[in-house]
Amino acid sequence: MSRYVVRRLGFLLLTLLLTSMIIFLITQVLPGDPARVILGREAGEQAVAQLREELGLNDPLVVQYVRWLGNFITGDWGTSYSTGTEIRPFVMQRLRNSMMLAIVALLIAVPLAVFLGVWAGLREGKPADGVISVSSLAVVGLPEFVTGLILIQLFAQRWPLFPPNSSIPVDATFREALPMLILPALTATFVLLAYIARLTRAGVIEELKQPYVRTARLKGLTGSTVTRKHVLRNALLPTITVIAISIGWLISGLIVIENVFNYPGIGRALLFAIDRRDLPLMQAITLVTVLIFAFANLGADLVYAWLNPRIRLE
Amino acid sequence: MSNQSILTVSNLTVAYRRDRDWLTAVRDVSFNVAAGQTVGLVGESGSGKSTIALAIMRYLGKNGRVTQGNIDFMGRDLVTGSDADLRDLWGNHIALVPQDPLSSLNPSIRVGEQVAEILRQHENMSQNAANARVRDLLSMVKLPDPERVARSYPHQISGGMQQRVMIAMALSTEPKLLVMDEPTTALDVTTEAAILDLIRDLIRERDTAVLYVTHDFGVVGRICDRVLVLYAGDLVEEGTASAIYHRPNHPYTRGLLASVPQLGQSKIGFQLQSMPGQIPALGERPEGCVFAPRCPVAVDSCATWPDLATSANGDSRVRCHRRDEIADGSLVVDYSAEMVYAEGNRHTDRDTILTADNVAVHFPVTRTMKQVLRRDKPDLVKAVDGVSIRVEPGRTLGLVGESGSGKTTLARTVVGLTGRSSGEMVLLGSELPTGLKGRDLETLREIKYVFQNPEETLNPYLTIGESLRRPLMRLRSLSRREADAEVARLLESVRLSADYATRYPRQLSGGEKQRVAIARAFATNPALLIGDEAVSALDVSVQASILNLLNGLQAEHGNAILFISHDLGVVSYLADDIAVMYLGHVVEFSSAEMLLQPPHHPYTEALLSAIPNPDPDQEQTAILLSGDVPSAINVPSGCPFHTRCPRYLGDICREEMPPWRDSAEGTRIRCHIPLNELRSEQL
Repeated sequence: MSRYVVRRLGFLLLTLLLTSMIIFLITQVLPGDPARVILGREAGEQAVAQLREELGLNDPLVVQYVRWLGNFITGDWGTSYSTGTEIRPFVMQRLRNSMMLAIVALLIAVPLAVFLGVWAGLREGKPADGVISVSSLAVVGLPEFVTGLILIQLFAQRWPLFPPNSSIPVDATFREALPMLILPALTATFVLLAYIARLTRAGVIEELKQPYVRTARLKGLTGSTVTRKHVLRNALLPTITVIAISIGWLISGLIVIENVFNYPGIGRALLFAIDRRDLPLMQAITLVTVLIFAFANLGADLVYAWLNPRIRLE
Repeated sequence: MSNQSILTVSNLTVAYRRDRDWLTAVRDVSFNVAAGQTVGLVGESGSGKSTIALAIMRYLGKNGRVTQGNIDFMGRDLVTGSDADLRDLWGNHIALVPQDPLSSLNPSIRVGEQVAEILRQHENMSQNAANARVRDLLSMVKLPDPERVARSYPHQISGGMQQRVMIAMALSTEPKLLVMDEPTTALDVTTEAAILDLIRDLIRERDTAVLYVTHDFGVVGRICDRVLVLYAGDLVEEGTASAIYHRPNHPYTRGLLASVPQLGQSKIGFQLQSMPGQIPALGERPEGCVFAPRCPVAVDSCATWPDLATSANGDSRVRCHRRDEIADGSLVVDYSAEMVYAEGNRHTDRDTILTADNVAVHFPVTRTMKQVLRRDKPDLVKAVDGVSIRVEPGRTLGLVGESGSGKTTLARTVVGLTGRSSGEMVLLGSELPTGLKGRDLETLREIKYVFQNPEETLNPYLTIGESLRRPLMRLRSLSRREADAEVARLLESVRLSADYATRYPRQLSGGEKQRVAIARAFATNPALLIGDEAVSALDVSVQASILNLLNGLQAEHGNAILFISHDLGVVSYLADDIAVMYLGHVVEFSSAEMLLQPPHHPYTEALLSAIPNPDPDQEQTAILLSGDVPSAINVPSGCPFHTRCPRYLGDICREEMPPWRDSAEGTRIRCHIPLNELRSEQL
């Protein structure tokens, strides 16, 4: 197992290095001169050239890349071109918000989806299975802004249980923020629900066919013991992987949902940076996003390996 | 032994649903099993034997149901009983030992816990009491170090150990009835012998009633008191194991027994009988006698369903209109083979087709972190470790050994699918490049391979004709039209009609697919044909026809054959020369005639003794080998067999690789024990 972990970590580092290069190169070829962006359209050529020199934009690309990556690793993420403030505290603040939202969404989505998936899988081909499968598919087909707006319409306007606007204050605690997190989290749940539930269902159906389930049943164990103790342990393995991977998406992929609810998460921060051509901010946010995805994946692999004795004890 | 009846099956009819129809899979079968009695359910695939076993366990699945009849277990009706009734019986009074132990154990629960949960369920044992009992049970099935086994996950123990765990599990609650569904079929022959002995001892001690499902008459002879022979869902013959073996009176039972090569039968002077045709599919079974379409003595009256009745000599009950004629000997059931081939050798100008000299195949094992940091060399799996063989034209070399012996790896190096680490190979006088890349078309033409599983070796999207045309056009540069003509000829040579060319693999039975695979191998008339367990996946009646086919084709074309099998009966029937492999080494060379004659290598001796004898009246004692085959990473020093050898001498076996010893009869044995000593002890 330790060998497995070390190898996975090695792959992770390699992935991060490669993506950091790609991010750096892409931001280089984007149109627009950063010095010009900072100084504005009226600034003279000379001032722009001087700023380019100060920012190190005339150095060879490799030098710029190494400097940028080195600074990033040591915690110096630079200053935003558009706001003139330090990038790191800003991104960290947004990251915290995104994580709060992700946690609430996971707490709602996972138990619900797993429950529905197991329920459907144990009743394959029966009416309950059909209802769950069809309705979860119907929900996943709706775009997030539609479900988001419907939720606002219902639970903020008709029955004002939750606020329609989720723009939480900068220093809000989790408890204070919670009411504002429910509706966006529900919207994200709709996207994840069908995915996780269908995978769980498939896992349960697949495992039920295995001869060891017959062995367990023929021991005289009750149906619920067989399901709980024998089937789920193996059937949920792929589900757990998918949940871990979806954490990455929940933290950094909710751009549409954040916009619908005006939620100050990392997705909206990225939109903001792109809108302003704020190169260092863009780079920092993308790199953080990649980091989150990479670690979510690593987590998924490790959890899977740990739960699966065939890998753990290799 | 009491004669209390434990299980009574009356007029059992089972059907499976296909679309809207219920197709009868088992028809009107009645029998009973008494305490202390072992009843064998024997048949080929599609005979309904597993269906009966599953009906008794009431585990037919959604698509199967008992449409008629009763199954009575000690006064309780298993067909109509409630689920709660069955949960009380399952694991408690009735237990199943399945065929494949690995997939029948939960991969993510420790073995000990999987046994313990039965005890907690049925015996109300506490956690600690159950765990202690589990260790007793594991030692009862002779597992070394039960503590460690109990803590292991299924994948960490060998197949034989897994099956012992399943047996411990089944016997944990001292059930009255044990249903065993081919429990040794997936195991090596020496492991099988040990498991069969274990089963026999345990059920005798406990007076358990056993229903034993198998396709193997050897196993029947070893363990069963009574036998039910099934064909296409009908019980065609029933009697004592001895009567069925010595005086079978149903034409199917006769054919079945005559199609399995017994040890000592050789292709020279003994033609296997092969039944024509195949078991009818579900839904296509004739109304009358189900065997009539394949029966050599069928008459008009066979269109009506015969009774199951005692034949004239009174031994067994037979479902055949002509049972009395067969029993008194006035009617001979003969499936005599139909083909006669002319001799004609292609490579007779040479005395050797292939030589392998000191060939080794070592695979590096992925290193651990520690080994990488310490810059250790990776461990090696020594799959083949210094093997020299010679294959002669028109002759068959049989490679025998259990799983892990390296026989398949050796064959793969010959065909070029696996590279060799060292050693030389010479084909038809020229050096054979190690991998496929270095080989020219000429070489590719001369070596062909027939794999074990015909289901997986034909491309499901190509017609049979397209599959056969490829080697013809690519390796023999025939035009499309010439190739099509040749396809017809090839199909005919494996006794399939030319219209098979337009069919897809899914439309063929397993035996027919293997014929196509053989036709494909013969497309280039190779100098060397490799058959890797080429009949192991087939039913015995089909196996016989494939063996006859190989013999006929070889006699006609003079090809050399390298035939690999774990089945000594099959190898000694088909082969002229035999090499016995153990853990990457050849330990004995023998001619097929001399294989049964001492001196033997101690490993060969154990193998031979382990093969179950189908004659129930002969006492058989297998030489049981201790433990499992060691890992090929840590091949024992000296003689690789010394860790399990029943004739272990001492330090010399551990320290020195034994010398080759040549007997006067031409047998070569690699052992420290002198031949005359082996011979005198093995007589």
